[in-house]
Amino acid sequence: MNDVATCSLLRVSVEEDRIFEMGDYEGPVARWCPGCGDHSVLAASQRLLREEQLAPEQTVFVSGIGCSGRFPHHLGTYGFHGIHGRALPLATGMKLHRPDLNVFAVMGDGDCASIGAGHWIHAIRYNTDMVAFMLDNHIYGLTKKQTSPTTPQGYRTNTQPHGSFLPSLNPLTATLGVTNASFVAQTAEWVPQHLQATLRAAFRHRGFAFVRILQRCPHYTLSMFIDAVRDPDRVELLVHEDGIRVDGLEKIYQHVRPHDPSDLDFARRLAEEDSDPERPIRLGVFFRDPSRAVYDQIRRVPARSAEEKVQTLNRELDRHAI
Amino acid sequence: MTTPIETRGEGATATATGREDSAGSGRTVRRLDQHIVEIVSDSGEGAQTCGKIFGTVSARMGNGVWTVEIIPAEIEPPARSPAGASGNRIRLGSSRVTNWGDYTNLVIAFNEQVLVARHRAGALAPDATILLEDMWEEHDDEAIRAEWAVAMEELSDTGYRIIRVPMEAECLEVVDDPRKGKNMFALGMMASVYGRDRELLENAIARRFAKKDDEITRRNIELLDRGMSWAEENLDFGYEIPPTPDETDKVVMNGNQAIALGAIAAGFELASMYPITPASSVSHYLGEIFQDYGGILHQAEDEIAAAGVAIGASFAGRTAFTITSGPGLALKTEFLGLAIMTETPLVVVDVQRGGPSTGLPTRVEQSDLLAAIFGQPGDAPHVVIAPATIEECFHVMVMARRIAETFRAVVIVLSDANLATGVQPFPRPVPRLDWQGSPPDQGAVPEGTRPYEWDSRTGLSRRLVPGQENGQFTATGLAHDEESHVAYDPQINQRSSRARSRKLAVLQSTLTPPEIYGDDSGDLLLVGWGSTKGAIEEAVDRARAEGLSVSSTHLTFLSPLPPGLGQIFGRFGRVMTIEINYSDEPDDPFITEENRRRGQLAWLLRAQTLVDVDCWTRVMAEPLRPGRILQVIRERLAVKGGAA
Repeated sequence: MNDVATCSLLRVSVEEDRIFEMGDYEGPVARWCPGCGDHSVLAASQRLLREEQLAPEQTVFVSGIGCSGRFPHHLGTYGFHGIHGRALPLATGMKLHRPDLNVFAVMGDGDCASIGAGHWIHAIRYNTDMVAFMLDNHIYGLTKKQTSPTTPQGYRTNTQPHGSFLPSLNPLTATLGVTNASFVAQTAEWVPQHLQATLRAAFRHRGFAFVRILQRCPHYTLSMFIDAVRDPDRVELLVHEDGIRVDGLEKIYQHVRPHDPSDLDFARRLAEEDSDPERPIRLGVFFRDPSRAVYDQIRRVPARSAEEKVQTLNRELDRHAI
Repeated sequence: MTTPIETRGEGATATATGREDSAGSGRTVRRLDQHIVEIVSDSGEGAQTCGKIFGTVSARMGNGVWTVEIIPAEIEPPARSPAGASGNRIRLGSSRVTNWGDYTNLVIAFNEQVLVARHRAGALAPDATILLEDMWEEHDDEAIRAEWAVAMEELSDTGYRIIRVPMEAECLEVVDDPRKGKNMFALGMMASVYGRDRELLENAIARRFAKKDDEITRRNIELLDRGMSWAEENLDFGYEIPPTPDETDKVVMNGNQAIALGAIAAGFELASMYPITPASSVSHYLGEIFQDYGGILHQAEDEIAAAGVAIGASFAGRTAFTITSGPGLALKTEFLGLAIMTETPLVVVDVQRGGPSTGLPTRVEQSDLLAAIFGQPGDAPHVVIAPATIEECFHVMVMARRIAETFRAVVIVLSDANLATGVQPFPRPVPRLDWQGSPPDQGAVPEGTRPYEWDSRTGLSRRLVPGQENGQFTATGLAHDEESHVAYDPQINQRSSRARSRKLAVLQSTLTPPEIYGDDSGDLLLVGWGSTKGAIEEAVDRARAEGLSVSSTHLTFLSPLPPGLGQIFGRFGRVMTIEINYSDEPDDPFITEENRRRGQLAWLLRAQTLVDVDCWTRVMAEPLRPGRILQVIRERLAVKGGAA
């Protein structure tokens, strides 16, 4: 591992074959509200870790603040529950210094697209090799029903009780608009097979995999997705052999649109149309380009021993000698 | 401090406009123990290169040297404008020079406008000697001739001795474009005036232009020689600053370079930053060389992210550091709280500038002290240390990383613009293998190992690093127990707060009381911190030479404060801090003992020691002058009926 790591590490044991079970990925029981979409994403993440057999100690989940901020606490991996909007800088630092780690960033919609929007844009451009979840329930839940950037226009909240003033921000078009974006997908917590397949595709992508996960807040936005949950015709699946295809899912969700994820122009059009509340919600991989520059790989430098460093430093000090 | 051995009435015979064309035969050389010379020009005329070579050669000859850059506020200011004054100011001494000194004694000015700028800035000694390019007086452009006349009028009331030098005309004998080479002619004049070693100069020029073709080096040396011989033939004065022979290996650099090299010596492997003056040059240097040490310099999208990246890296491996200045420190505040709460080691370098807000980006101030210590909402104990010299800028990084790791602490290093841009020779550091520290331990820990196993006495706990089997935990900025589980239990919050706070007391228990410069009791004790050390100690030397009972002490640790301060203060009649930050003058309207805002260190010391610590502070956008501090010492002791 040391040959790929930027950070020199002291490894004392040779890793034997280990097989990880679901239990290895479980932490203290989650205390989100019953019916919260976070539960589904947590379960899907744990299944992903098991499927990919990721060593729990080699995996870090990083979060910001909000209901989603608690996510890492319920996993058996390492975690860093940071501050509001700042999961991505923490995750970037980890991956940059320790490319050997599997890094996941978990954010809410306010976390990612409001207070953390600056980091979001630049994380897309850095294209650091990690998976980023945006758990998008269109509302601030933990602080009790304030308007978030993705709250639909007109929706009544505690801060905008006469209805949210502005059209909601579209995280898909925003992400697809950033130079060096390499993976953009949308899924929904109430379609667990699709969620699972999306997380798998995101993890296997080399680069910054942005996954917007639509999810219900049982207290504040249950009604928002009720039609889509009840009526499969309100959902359209984007399918392609390079995208996501789930066996049997098309029997339930019969609106299917073939979309080649390498087609950025068409991805942007599909994403733009997704702003229209009258249209069905689109789930699938909008864009994927594994050839884009990956920041932590560009920046990788060979680790140097202490002896080498001191030797080089002595030469450098000699340049300043008088 | 200067002791002229021979004088020929310099200053007394000086005229602001009189041309001095005396032949070199009657040259008088004064022997002095220190002198300040500056070369000032429009930016882009090479004054800085000239100053740097002069400083390096002087250091190599065994003189003490302190160089500061004269920096225009704009990147490309208009030519011949006071705002564009650019150059180098070099203080030479017989022995070690610890600060920039008082006022400039000799000026080489490429035009009268930059000279006027330096005059208006109050930078020049009343009897300064000035070597001034005179081509402007009879310039083709009428406007320029008029400007010259106005400037000469402004300078005519001064005691300066202005000597006109046909620099450009002389250079034209050697090169076609005198703008490329006037600096070498000037270097030649300075070399003659101060008796610099020609061979050393030649070597330094050859090194400076090593990347260009030999013809350029040859021509520059020719210009140097022309400047030297012109000065020998036309100047009636020279200075001898006898060097002190010293065989120790030395290096010469500025404080930001020292921080960059110190960071490498300390084993840092990741630095993150966002561009900000005057801190950025640390990253320029690291950007050049850090990769050769397995290091990464990350330029983040903003100051906040720069802190976040460093904390993320520290959490996952080696302690990382971030580099900033005041406005950036403000932005990083919330992240510092997170690092303190999660006990993630982190080093923050704040190269202080004038504030508040954008303030004086290129100028020195020591106004971030209280913000650095108390800036984080909530109780957020952490370490604040300040290097006092350029040499300490190097070594402080080793200490900062060690403290950060040992105590799982945030360490803020307060440098400033004075150290950042000052250039000084100092004993060559000898990097040690153990400074590099061990790579992060990736060995498994026993099952059930807790991430915050706070020792009940010391508050210290072992850090677990991703990759360590059985060590998995989630760090959190929420109140948490030993397992890092979120806890709202009042007992746990009391216990964890105590652990984080206790670490500072444990660190303090390892410190020794600060050394006293001068006698360890007396009438007056000056207390300083950071870059003012050299100026304060020189003022103490000069005051003691006058028979005044004054000593000083300089604090490296600001949080925690070192032990023994109360006892030390008790041995002096009066205690006062000397700082570059704002404080109210006691005699000003509305100012009372109760509402007087004091210097930041004074504030801290009063609170911590219950001693009535006074202060003298200035925010004049420049380092303190030892002569001014000496004046303060005299005033304070006179008030008390002291010797002065």
